[in-house]
Order: sequence, then structure tokens, then C-alpha cells
Amino acid sequence: MSLSYAFFAIIRRDLVLALRRRSEIANPLLFFILVITLFPLGIGAQPNLLQAIAPGIIWVSALLAAMLSLDSLFRSDFDDGSLEQILLSPHPASILVLGKIIAHWLVTGLPLLIISPLLAIFLGMPAHALGILLLTLLLGTPVLSLIGAIGVALTVGLRRGGMILSLLVLPLYVPVLIFASNAVEMAGSGLPVNAQINILISILFMALVLAPWPTASALKMSIN
Amino acid sequence: METKPTCLLKGTDLSCIRDDRVLFEGLTFELVSGQVLLLEGKNGSGKTSLLRILCGFREPDAGQVFWCGDAINDSQYHTDMAYVGHLDGVKKELTVLENLKVSLALGRSGQYSIQQALTKVHLADYDDVLVQALSAGQKRRLSLARLLITQNIVWILDEPFTSLDKQGIALIEILMSEHCANGGMIVLTSHHDIDLYGVDVQRINLS
Repeated sequence: MSLSYAFFAIIRRDLVLALRRRSEIANPLLFFILVITLFPLGIGAQPNLLQAIAPGIIWVSALLAAMLSLDSLFRSDFDDGSLEQILLSPHPASILVLGKIIAHWLVTGLPLLIISPLLAIFLGMPAHALGILLLTLLLGTPVLSLIGAIGVALTVGLRRGGMILSLLVLPLYVPVLIFASNAVEMAGSGLPVNAQINILISILFMALVLAPWPTASALKMSIN
Repeated sequence: METKPTCLLKGTDLSCIRDDRVLFEGLTFELVSGQVLLLEGKNGSGKTSLLRILCGFREPDAGQVFWCGDAINDSQYHTDMAYVGHLDGVKKELTVLENLKVSLALGRSGQYSIQQALTKVHLADYDDVLVQALSAGQKRRLSLARLLITQNIVWILDEPFTSLDKQGIALIEILMSEHCANGGMIVLTSHHDIDLYGVDVQRINLS
């Protein structure tokens, strides 16, 4: 079968699996909503402060939610031997792995994107910044999945890889966090954000091209 | 399946060291179309390690594996090889049919259609059953059905008879004989003594 057929078969398979194990979708989303709803309660009746830190709150929560969901990316395939079969396929493993990452983003990243405008309004973010918030999430969360995949691939073979995974991946998440939350903040005060958006786009394309290959190599090491 | 008379799986001077223990060294073998290589040896003697070396998952600590004259990483080996290991490699949340469709998408379509393969492994009426509802033996037969729907020459099987009943074992032996008769070759480990009629079986004892 052709490569594109295999690529879409992997995506379809992972989406069906996610649909049959709904907690996988619900967990990061619930975490995202909970953290954001708890902030106003913790800060108290200071709408101005809340409005000022809203971009940061949303982006930090999105980042932590993405990290929380990372382990499920390759875990079950590793445990039941499906990963071996994927890597043995005559098709390039990096493309198949990219399919898995895309499916993972559709399941864990996209729901955050959809619910975020509601939560942003809840935090008092000005309406004209919502578009930029969505745009940064659209550009940024796939990067979180792509970079995270390298970390997961390296640690999936370890029994307790969670700690190392956060240490590996978090520093690489920082640029996305800085540029994205900065863009939303600037948009809130009505300033142009072209530079930040362009940088996020270039980060996304770089991750899209560069991440699948080391992920596939790391997976080959992990199943050893 | 088209037969390639030149196909030859060759291991030269292979050795494997795990945690400072030499599992085997200086292991050399040659396997041609129609032959079976049976690895014997006690637990922990390196049977599975050798299979994983032959799959390309592990690098041998010395020596090299060749496929049709080229090192396995530089050749078409991965298109010609299929592996069924300890783990079944099937998703328990998917149905039998969905699992095989994914396997088919990942490989090249082979001699049998999915329905024919399921009939061959006696799972014909189970195509829309979730794998988690199957018994261990049925799961094993499902993972072996994967070999039939994709096109491959070398089968690498790690304890293929685990959790199969007598009937299941006989069935797999028939499939293996057919594969060899069609010009395929098989490398397997087994505690069960295999009974293949008219097939050239090489044995390597790793203990």
C-alpha cells in the first residue's frame, strides 16, 4: 500500500482508538479548564490583575495540559507491540510517526483550542485579542506535540520516564510560551504582533520538518 | 508469491553481549528459500535477542547480517520481512478487521485477502469482534494472520505456538509448510518440537 494510505491509516487508527478510550481526550481538557477556572478564585476580586495575566494563565495551562497528555502518545503502542510493527513497516518511520503526532494533536490539542475563547472571556480578556489567542494556540500547540514526541520517544522505554520527560521537554517549550503569550498580551493592548506570529510560524514549520526524524530514531532505540 | 531464488539470509560471526554476559558468539548461519531455522536453547540463552538482531531492532555486538548479499540496513530487507514477537502487536480496542486493515496499510498486500486470511486461521466469524474479547490463542492466530495478508519472504516468529491448542499448532505448522513451499523462509524459536512435513529444518542450539 502507498505511503499516503499508510499515513492516513495511522491517523484514522489513532482517532478511532481515542474515541474508544475517551479519558484520553477528556483528561488534558479537564485539566486545562480546571486550572483556568481556579485562578480567579485564587486571585480574588481583582479583575484588572486577572485581565493582565490572562494570556500567561491560558498559555501556561495549555503547555501543562499538553505535557500531561504526552505520555499517551506512544505508551500503549509500546506496551502491546504495535510500535514494533509500525517501525518494521517498509514505509519511512518518520512519516508514520508524524501521522501519530498529528492524530495526537487532533485529540489533545484541538479541544483546548476550541474551548479557549470561552475561558479567555471568563478571565476578562478583551474581545479583539481572542483572534490572536486562537492563532497562537493553533500555531503553538502542534509545536508542543511535535517537540514533546521526541522526549516521549526517548523515555518510553524507561519505567519512570515522567520526570526526565519534563526536564527534557520543558526548556524546549519555553520559546513557544514566550512568543505566544507575548503576542496575546500585545494584541490585548492593540499593538501589532506580526513579528511574534511570524516567529511562531517558523518554529512550527521547523518542528514539522525536523521533529519526526529524531522521534523515529529515538523510538528505534527505545524498543531495543 | 514470486519466488526469488537468489534470496539468502546470512549471519556471519554474530555475537550478542547483554549486561556483560556473552549470550552467544561466533554464530554463523545461512538460510535459503524454503528453509526453516529453528533456534533452540534454554531460557535466557539469547534466542529472542538473536531474533531481534535479525529484525534489525538490535545491532549485533560483532558480526553482520546479510540479506541477498547486502547488509540488512542497506537492503530491501524490511519490505521482505515480517515479525511476530512475544507481544501480539494488535490493539485490543480495535476489532479484528480494523487491526488487519492497519497492518495491511503498513505493508504490501500479499497472497491472501483479509477475509481469506481470517478463514485460514479460523477467525472468519470474528471480524467485527473487539480484540479484547478474544482469547489468548485467538489473539495469537490473529497476529499470525498478519503474515498472510502482507507480502513477505522471511517470517521471524518468537514462540509462535504460545497459548495455542493442538489444533492451532497443527494449523500454524500447515501455514509454515505452505510458506516454505512458496519460496519463503522462516526463523523461529520454539519449545514445542515442530513437525513440518517435507521442509528442510536447520537447528541452532544456543545453550
